[in-house]
Amino acid sequence: MSTFLLITISGLGLGSLYFVLAAGLSVIFGLMRVLSFAHGAFLSASGFASWIVLRSFETPSTPRLLLALAVSVLTGGVVALLAEVLLIRPLKGKELEQLLATVGLGMVLVALMAGIWGPDEHLIPRPDWLTSTTSIAGAPISNSRLLLIGLAAVVLVGIQLILARTRYGLVIRAGVENSAMVSALGINVKRTFTVVFVAGGMLAGLGGGLAGTYYGGISPFLGDGMLIFSFIVLIIGGLGSINGALIASVVLGVSQSMANYYVLNGIGDVLVVGLLVATLLVRPQGLLGQKERLV
Amino acid sequence: MTKSAALRYGGAGLLLVVLAILPFAHRSVGGLLPGPVNSPGSLQVLALMLVAAAAAITLDLMFGYTGLMSFGHALYMGFGCYATVILSNNPRLGFALGVPLAMALSVAVALLGNAAALRLTGIGFSMATLAMAQGFAIAVERGFLGSGGEVGVTFARGVLPDPLRGVLNTRNVYWLALALVVVVYVVCALLVRTHVGHVWQGIRENPLRTKVIGYNVYAYQLAAATISCTLAAMCGVVFAIVMGGANPSIAGLHYSLALVLMVVLGGRGVLWGAALGAVLYQFLNLRLPSFSSSEVITGLPKPLQIPLSQPNFLLGVAFILIILFMPGGLASIFTRRGRRAASKRDEEPATREPVLAEGAR
Repeated sequence: MSTFLLITISGLGLGSLYFVLAAGLSVIFGLMRVLSFAHGAFLSASGFASWIVLRSFETPSTPRLLLALAVSVLTGGVVALLAEVLLIRPLKGKELEQLLATVGLGMVLVALMAGIWGPDEHLIPRPDWLTSTTSIAGAPISNSRLLLIGLAAVVLVGIQLILARTRYGLVIRAGVENSAMVSALGINVKRTFTVVFVAGGMLAGLGGGLAGTYYGGISPFLGDGMLIFSFIVLIIGGLGSINGALIASVVLGVSQSMANYYVLNGIGDVLVVGLLVATLLVRPQGLLGQKERLV
Repeated sequence: MTKSAALRYGGAGLLLVVLAILPFAHRSVGGLLPGPVNSPGSLQVLALMLVAAAAAITLDLMFGYTGLMSFGHALYMGFGCYATVILSNNPRLGFALGVPLAMALSVAVALLGNAAALRLTGIGFSMATLAMAQGFAIAVERGFLGSGGEVGVTFARGVLPDPLRGVLNTRNVYWLALALVVVVYVVCALLVRTHVGHVWQGIRENPLRTKVIGYNVYAYQLAAATISCTLAAMCGVVFAIVMGGANPSIAGLHYSLALVLMVVLGGRGVLWGAALGAVLYQFLNLRLPSFSSSEVITGLPKPLQIPLSQPNFLLGVAFILIILFMPGGLASIFTRRGRRAASKRDEEPATREPVLAEGAR
């Protein structure tokens, strides 16, 4: 029983990582119709930023860890800002080209990171309390999982509050419905695009910092691996739906961990793809997605 | 036959003859290839470039002509490659039965995979193809179904027929790769000129309008994707023969993205453009590492040396620049000139059409 609980919470932790990345991508897609392939590289870059902050300490203090997380969020935001201004904005209205540009950017960033720091994993030191465990109903749960789940919950509540209560949230929700109409009403959608893209980058940055604490290390290719699972989360949950992404990331994270533990290591990753194909066949628009309007 | 068509066919024929007699050319080309042109190492590099060209052409059929952007084309190429090696290694089948069986399985996989993925349109289709390809990549990386894990599988001793085996027969393998390009190109070029091909291009331009006219868009898309992916599996078979086996590098996301990159680099919707992009990409990818360890690069200061030693960095930058400044890819350099010449010949329709298209946007 305690093993079962352990695997479940581990899976929830993994699902939280997917969600943090997928939430940003989901809002970006909803508003801008751009699916960013560069956010995996943003995640890796932010992971390296937190590694630079933490690497010289054997067991860093908690403030140091918070600083590292802040730096990784900032890194993700800055890189995303540059990407939006230099690549996405000039290609406004050409969704395919925007997507391809993010593919190219992802390649360039990963190659740069591999060139500077090498392709191998770098260990990220963690504070003691993060590597120790808390006993929940007899199961020793690693604190890093709990931190992840907690922060993902904060992200979820934060996004919902921003979307529901703030003016920006209103503009974003309106823009998702009809961005041409919103700009016709005299609202600066261009700025909203930038804000949303940067916010997505910051979430990827948070994901990078957290992935470091989850896996205990960072490599240039970590982000791309996570990105694919986030894409799967997005499709199963329904493109553009935050709540769908939430459900899908929980289901995916838990079932992946279960299958990897109880059946065969690695089979969980294949199972996830099976779930995706099943979703496509039964409900192509995803759990909470809306059927695409033809006109 | 008009003069320009004669010129084109003549040029293609000449290129083919030159490519066919390359294995007899005992010349070194100044470090561009690992050795003299007819050395086995060089011929293998050339064969890999040709296989990449064929694969890019197949992707162009669904991406450039039908508007189906697949981020998982490596799935089908990888499947053809792995199935060939694994089935041929089965002593009861051997190479002679293994290859046809692998191709038959590939058709089934192409049909099933695309039937599922095409339930999504637009970006959803791209994501679905990507995710399915990734599932396959994970499966072969972990070594499921006898795929050998990270090292991959090689043909067992004596499985490959004699003319395709051994260092001395690399030229036969090269000719096989050349034949593959010719077959794939001719099949695709004929297909896009048929009525069906025109419907595909209609779907690319506007799926809704094509549907309203009365065409079954899903069926036409499925046909395009299945043919394209089956041809890709054929490229996988030849890849297996060129490499003497299969390894995960051909199945992963990286290779799928590389194929998209080749097509965009060369020019979407132009078959020879895709091939050109693929040849360039594969050449740079295979040869840049040895170039970057040369003295020219190692003498540079570190901030310059790091990006230049990463083929993906240079290719990625080139890719972004092409997207930003040359949306038609490298092929547009030639086609634009051709169009200008054509517009001079009959001023009216050719000049008016682009203006209308601009206005509609």
